[in-house]
Amino acid sequence: MSENMINLKIDGVSVEVPAGSTVLQAALAAGVRIPTLCYMKDANELGSCRICVVEIKGGRGLAAACVYPAADGMEVFTNTEKVRASRRQTLELILSNHRMECPTCERNGDCELRRLAADMGIDSIRYEVEDLEPQLDESAPHLVRDNSKCILCRRCVAVCRKNQQVGVISAADRGFATHIESAFGRGLGEVSCVYCGQCVAACPTGALTLKRSIDAVRAAIDDPSKHVVVVPAPAVRVGLGDRFGMPVGESVQGKMVAALRRLGFDKVFDVDWAADVTIMEEGTELVGRIKAGEKMPMFTSCCPGWIKYMEHYHADMLDNLSSCRSPQQMMGGLVKTYYAEREGIAPEDIVVVSIMPCTAKKFEVSREEQRLENGCMPVDYSLTTRELSDMIAGAGIMFGLLPDEAFDPVLGDSTGAAVIFGASGGVMEAALRTAAVVLAGDDADVPLVFEDVRGMEGVKEAEYEVGGVKLRTCTVSGLANAEKVIRAMEAGEAAYDFIEVMACPGGCVNGAGQPMHSPFERMMTDVKGERAAGLYALDDSMPRRRSHENPEVKALYAEYLGEPCGHKAHHILHTEYVPRDTYNV
Amino acid sequence: MPNCRTVVPFSGTPEQEQKLREVIARYKGTQGPLMPILHEAQDIYGYLPEEVQATISEELDIPLAEIYGVSTFYSRFSLNPKGEVKVSVCLGTACYVKGAADVLAEVEAQLGCKAGSVTSDGKFSIDADRCVGACGLAPIMIVNGDVYGHMTVDRVAGILDSYRGEVE
Repeated sequence: MSENMINLKIDGVSVEVPAGSTVLQAALAAGVRIPTLCYMKDANELGSCRICVVEIKGGRGLAAACVYPAADGMEVFTNTEKVRASRRQTLELILSNHRMECPTCERNGDCELRRLAADMGIDSIRYEVEDLEPQLDESAPHLVRDNSKCILCRRCVAVCRKNQQVGVISAADRGFATHIESAFGRGLGEVSCVYCGQCVAACPTGALTLKRSIDAVRAAIDDPSKHVVVVPAPAVRVGLGDRFGMPVGESVQGKMVAALRRLGFDKVFDVDWAADVTIMEEGTELVGRIKAGEKMPMFTSCCPGWIKYMEHYHADMLDNLSSCRSPQQMMGGLVKTYYAEREGIAPEDIVVVSIMPCTAKKFEVSREEQRLENGCMPVDYSLTTRELSDMIAGAGIMFGLLPDEAFDPVLGDSTGAAVIFGASGGVMEAALRTAAVVLAGDDADVPLVFEDVRGMEGVKEAEYEVGGVKLRTCTVSGLANAEKVIRAMEAGEAAYDFIEVMACPGGCVNGAGQPMHSPFERMMTDVKGERAAGLYALDDSMPRRRSHENPEVKALYAEYLGEPCGHKAHHILHTEYVPRDTYNV
Repeated sequence: MPNCRTVVPFSGTPEQEQKLREVIARYKGTQGPLMPILHEAQDIYGYLPEEVQATISEELDIPLAEIYGVSTFYSRFSLNPKGEVKVSVCLGTACYVKGAADVLAEVEAQLGCKAGSVTSDGKFSIDADRCVGACGLAPIMIVNGDVYGHMTVDRVAGILDSYRGEVE
């Protein structure tokens, strides 16, 4: 037996696990899944919901397996009548104070509470069920909170505070009155929430749900006077398949395009195309700033959650953000200018619908400073991957049987550099691929792959020498990590030239608009890692892997924009930021 | 329910703010500084308005929502100052079984604010008390120290009216 290993018995089965494991982890090693509800690995380990209780030989009462340390020689029983009775009572009490409207609840397909009740065979509730009214907060642009369905697991509070360091929600009051809300009862739309939606992704029930735009999009499709253009983001194609039983992380790009056509969209363009444009602009901007020695270091600006975080919490650093609009906004802007003019369609007759892995994009589309000179907003509706999956399922489209189809031309071609935007490190690598060629003058002996910026770690530092210029890079995902990096920079402990930040841990592949996975599923499968791997596999398969090699992007500049960061590009592709207060928003 | 928004405008003085900052400086960097700071801030201002909590939040680098959560958890803390007329209804066991909850609801309805809060003109505040130790008189309402025993819902309006003169 290795020194750092301990032996114990789970339901009579001997297992050897590393010292420091919890009973829950030891049980998994023995092939036993102990049910959990409030538990979220690393983020929320409280032992408060009491669903995961087990009997331990010689122990007093029952122990919460998610936090109880496994010990050498321990004997654990996970399926005794005492355990079952306790779990059942706990769940019945939770259900008695949960507003049940399961058939019409957005989460009815993936509700953890419902799943747990089914797994535990709950067929009645012995307690008087509270007759609850909805307790709605609809003030935020991306989500609705209904505390009548909240079970107080605090997973939302934990991810907001620990992973994102935003901390705009907390438990207030005590006893039966306990509820989750923002300070002084303000709505989420009235505080410094960045709209990343990670709380929604963490919620086991329908207490936090997305605001949906499906009806408006269907109405636009049905309106013959509207030319409806749909544009999916890179990460959508490796998330959408989850809903239809595909392996996690597998690209369903071709079927996704086919499904979008069958839903009735007039054109199916690709945000990857705009990601290549982003690199043209952002790469040029970076090289320009390096040469001028101005506004350095430069932060990426693709992520609307990150932008809002900076506006609230580091308004003094807004000049350090790239002025580039996000690929979504560039896409919409170019559809309503370049494409509209080229095809002779009035921009006000075009409806742009983006499909995003993201909830903050729902806010971004409403940002007034991004209105185009022709008076149009670049994007009209931003749907999440989940909303698209509901539209596909609702239309009776048998996704798995669809053929693979290609994006429509002119704004549909893309390179491998664009598709990796969906993973943390992707924008950085795409920018490096092009910047290296621009700075070196040609692509001979210039590296294509920048391995060190890849991976799911929260902070990745790497130094590259490109075209004789030394570039200190930092790639960050999760806003708590971004905050750490900024504080280290402010303290003089770290210095970089180019910093990529994505608000969601792992990047857009793990965005809150993607199909849901419970904490248990995430323990068993590296969801975000598999999705990122799916994107890098797509990159590998592409004939062109540097953004500036995209022929349709070359045509855009030759026929319409002129130079990257030029006059016309400035109006359509760049933006400014708004300092925001932290408390009195 | 202690959880209500602060309903009266903040009127802290520079002296109070200086005291608050001294208190924060004293506890900053120690383990678990929030509770002792909130206790002293409650003493300095008589309540914990948002402006005070925001200062504590900035100084301690703890989100305002979390501080608000703590301040609404403990009955020792209040989000509103006491009114010129302090009304409290005992919700101890004896009073409760004799209908104190109905009395409290009537007080709240008459004054238009909740227990733990104060009327927006700052004149009346309501508290739900723990057992005051006079169970023989249950249910009990206390107004500015005057004890009203064997309370009924019908008597509430008249008693409150008799204090309105004091604050007009």
